[in-house]
Amino acid sequence: MTSPGGFPQPSGSRFPEPYGQGSGANLADILERVLDKGIVIAGDIRINLLDIELLTIKLRLIVASVDKAKEMGIDWWETDPALSSRARRDELTRENAELRERLARLEELEGGRVPKEAP
Amino acid sequence: MTGLRYVYAVCRPFRAPLQVQLTGIGGAPPAVLQHHGLVAVVSTVPEGEFSEDALRARLEDIDWLATTARAHQGVIDALTTVTTPLPLRLATVFRDDSGVRSMIEAREDDFRRALDRLEGRVEWGVKVYVESEPARPAAAAPARAASGRDYLRRRRESTHAQDELWQRAETFAQSLHERLSGRAEACRLHPPQNAALSRATGRNVLNAAYLVRRADSEEFVETVDRTKDEAPGIRVELTGPWAAYSFTQEFAGNATGAGEGL
Repeated sequence: MTSPGGFPQPSGSRFPEPYGQGSGANLADILERVLDKGIVIAGDIRINLLDIELLTIKLRLIVASVDKAKEMGIDWWETDPALSSRARRDELTRENAELRERLARLEELEGGRVPKEAP
Repeated sequence: MTGLRYVYAVCRPFRAPLQVQLTGIGGAPPAVLQHHGLVAVVSTVPEGEFSEDALRARLEDIDWLATTARAHQGVIDALTTVTTPLPLRLATVFRDDSGVRSMIEAREDDFRRALDRLEGRVEWGVKVYVESEPARPAAAAPARAASGRDYLRRRRESTHAQDELWQRAETFAQSLHERLSGRAEACRLHPPQNAALSRATGRNVLNAAYLVRRADSEEFVETVDRTKDEAPGIRVELTGPWAAYSFTQEFAGNATGAGEGL
């Protein structure tokens, strides 16, 4: 919507140029301010944004449109063990497989050693 | 009229005109509504999108939310260059101008107090990231370990290196925060951002906002810039100048639940 050139420039100021804003502004930076900060005034249209905290919104948005989210590269909830029981399971499964493999190798080594040590 | 009045901000009357090409939500040009020596910056939004039911549904739509939030911020941004706006939360909507006027009357003392306190100040955002650990072939490395002990040692070393980086990042973030707080009138620590929305690489360990006088901003920015090459593996990101979004909490009536975010 906004373009960096679309803002009025402060006239002849020593005021630093904007950093990290404009059309490329990080969506999280903007959302955390316009949704979570700013003055709360009950308008005629009552919508309680206080109930919808940022994370909830993200999760609900993502759940509502998983394909869209994936398209945008948003899939962290799948791999974040804190949010996804599947990710937690996967993590344990991976760790287990790794340990089993190590154990098998160790047993193999031990197995190869035993006959030599026992005359 | 089928439109509703969307309010972006309240400010003191300002002389500089709003840019002709400035557009707000839905591409509508923002207008100024003056009342009791204050101005509300408003635009007309369609009832089809901003009635209670419509709005509840729209807030679930990430594209709509992103576009609306950017448009809201675009207007606040334009105002920040000409005056000190009190930014209202996204989606503050009234039926008509008289609703906006009543709101100004009801809260004018609060607005004036907040405007007095924030006059001539802007907000700068500073984030510190720990860069992701160097890509190591996670599956391949353990498999090539010569022995179980070797494997465990490698794992320990890698974990140790990461722990060390984290510790360094924490110390760095703390010292940076102290330095910057010294150059700011107030500061707020926000919850670290999730990479999915920010699309930033690395893990966010500090997400802070600083209230700085315009006159001191140049120096503040230089201070941040100087730290940028201080610590390898750690990245500092500066955003702003923002309207003083993070410093409206003390505003009367904002007290409940509007504390430290998530």
